[in-house]
Amino acid sequence: MTRHLPALLVVVPLMAAPVAAILKWGRAAWALALSVSWAVLAMAVLILRRVLAEGTISYALGGWAAPIGIEYRIDVVSAWVLVIVASVAAVVFPYARLSVAREVEPQRIPLLYSALLLCLTGLLGIAATGDVFNLFVFLEISSISAYALIATGPDRRALHAAFKYLIVGSVGATFIVIGIGMLYVMTGTLNMADLALRLPDVSSRTVSVAFAFLTVGISLKIALFPLHLWLPDAYTFAPSAVTAFLASTATKVAVYMMVRFLFTIFGPDFSLEVMAFQWVLMPLALIAILQASLTAIYQMNVKRLLAYSSVAQIGYMTLGISLASVTGLTASLLHLFNHAIIKGALFLAIGAVMYQVGSVRIEAMRGLGRRMPWTMAAFVLGGLSLIGVPATVGFISKWYLVLAAIEADLWIVAALVLVGSLMAVVYIWRVVEAAYFHEFVGEFEVKEAPLSLLIPTWVLVLANIYFGLDATLTAGIATQAAELLLGVG
Amino acid sequence: MRILGLYNYWVFIVLMMVGFYILISRRNLVKKILGLNIFQTSVFIFYISMGKITGGTAPILMEGEGDVVYSNPLPHVLILTAIVVGVSTTAVALALVIRIMEAYGTIEGDEITAMDNRMPPP
Repeated sequence: MTRHLPALLVVVPLMAAPVAAILKWGRAAWALALSVSWAVLAMAVLILRRVLAEGTISYALGGWAAPIGIEYRIDVVSAWVLVIVASVAAVVFPYARLSVAREVEPQRIPLLYSALLLCLTGLLGIAATGDVFNLFVFLEISSISAYALIATGPDRRALHAAFKYLIVGSVGATFIVIGIGMLYVMTGTLNMADLALRLPDVSSRTVSVAFAFLTVGISLKIALFPLHLWLPDAYTFAPSAVTAFLASTATKVAVYMMVRFLFTIFGPDFSLEVMAFQWVLMPLALIAILQASLTAIYQMNVKRLLAYSSVAQIGYMTLGISLASVTGLTASLLHLFNHAIIKGALFLAIGAVMYQVGSVRIEAMRGLGRRMPWTMAAFVLGGLSLIGVPATVGFISKWYLVLAAIEADLWIVAALVLVGSLMAVVYIWRVVEAAYFHEFVGEFEVKEAPLSLLIPTWVLVLANIYFGLDATLTAGIATQAAELLLGVG
Repeated sequence: MRILGLYNYWVFIVLMMVGFYILISRRNLVKKILGLNIFQTSVFIFYISMGKITGGTAPILMEGEGDVVYSNPLPHVLILTAIVVGVSTTAVALALVIRIMEAYGTIEGDEITAMDNRMPPP
């Protein structure tokens, strides 16, 4: 049984998705999705433990051995991403029932859970697979279901946002297929490990073009500046639970894809020495941090504010990749997890406000510090973590990132990371000021959010503090993964 | 001769650019989807061309015929998957366009953006 875990991890949510779609009651579909998400988390944790104890797991799908059949290859990096995706799903799904019931029409609810499960399948599949074409298929499974999920938002602008995301996302995915095709022409294989072996011998212009197509395609999926324009609308208009899920997983998995292609498939020698990709990535990452943080400061809608902040946080992750050292990559992989629990907590808290107040404008937050003390306290703690205050996970990521910048003698980069944090103080403060320093002006009485919204939010908030105080586990795994990717240690 | 020999690949590039141009320049949502389709179709031609071997035949094992040259079936099978993906993307896109038409009464991107901007901010 445990031998088949890598396949089951992907197959279980895939099989549950059509079942959820034919269930008549939203509640039954939710219960199914919830049990699947918890089962997936258990499997992901088992896999991570096995990978840490025994090393990389290779699973031949259908019994066909590696270069011919599709291989699922789970090393520390993949297992780490699997656990991130699975834990976010396991926390967001229990939250979804009330939040989705308030924001989505009843007849669409079973379909929404079906799409959520499909999206989960795709995201897990991307992390598990060791075959580049299989990766593309899973990418499209997760993207197409994400378009549908965003379109279920209560406002009609959700439809337009989903359409814009669909066009941009499909262009990105098509670029990725073109890149994969060119790699196949040059090497005759689609297996990642095989590609890594054969690519150094065939350095030609085709490989460089493939590199360009793949990096641009993946950057669209990451929402790296200046390809991020689809993200703010999509996150603003999607239902709150969907935003929390996508913001904490989809872009993280895309960052994983970037790391996989740069370091495992093309190899650091080609990506960094021949193509010098870090000098493309670094300025874009820095502009993302500064420009998106600045835009976030001027937003009046808190969901949109957090969406722009996500673009900035993606800047931190790509900045870590561009520093191309073990410390830099550790910072990046650590921030994948840390940002997932930070943004998860913030979006869940804001979703609870949406549930009780019906608006997420900053004006609507006035006086909520007294009316919804637990929700707003969760938002404040999540915000502190986003800023990077010591004793939260945000501090740990920033610490590694600044350390990596100083190691590389890039003092200006370290300084800009700190400037980005200061800008985060400003935009988080605007919400805090409205919640705690203004009188409540609402027309109707607002009470604290129900427990089924509060508990998932606080699970993530407490995780922020726990892993902020004791980062030995997370930083240990991230370092091990970074060393594996760079081929040292 | 080299340029003629790469005929399929030139078609791939031209179709890709045509599709991409339509995708960027048109404001009508259905035309955007058409552009996306042409763009994706160009990739099908790319994959199909790269599996073809001059003089190669369909990859069916024939008894007793020694040296048969086969075309590479793998890219053809791969592109079957990509075609399915393209069809599903188009289906979702068209479904969205129908819902946009119901909600906005137009499928012109400019008009939708203008209506979005007139609505109270979210």
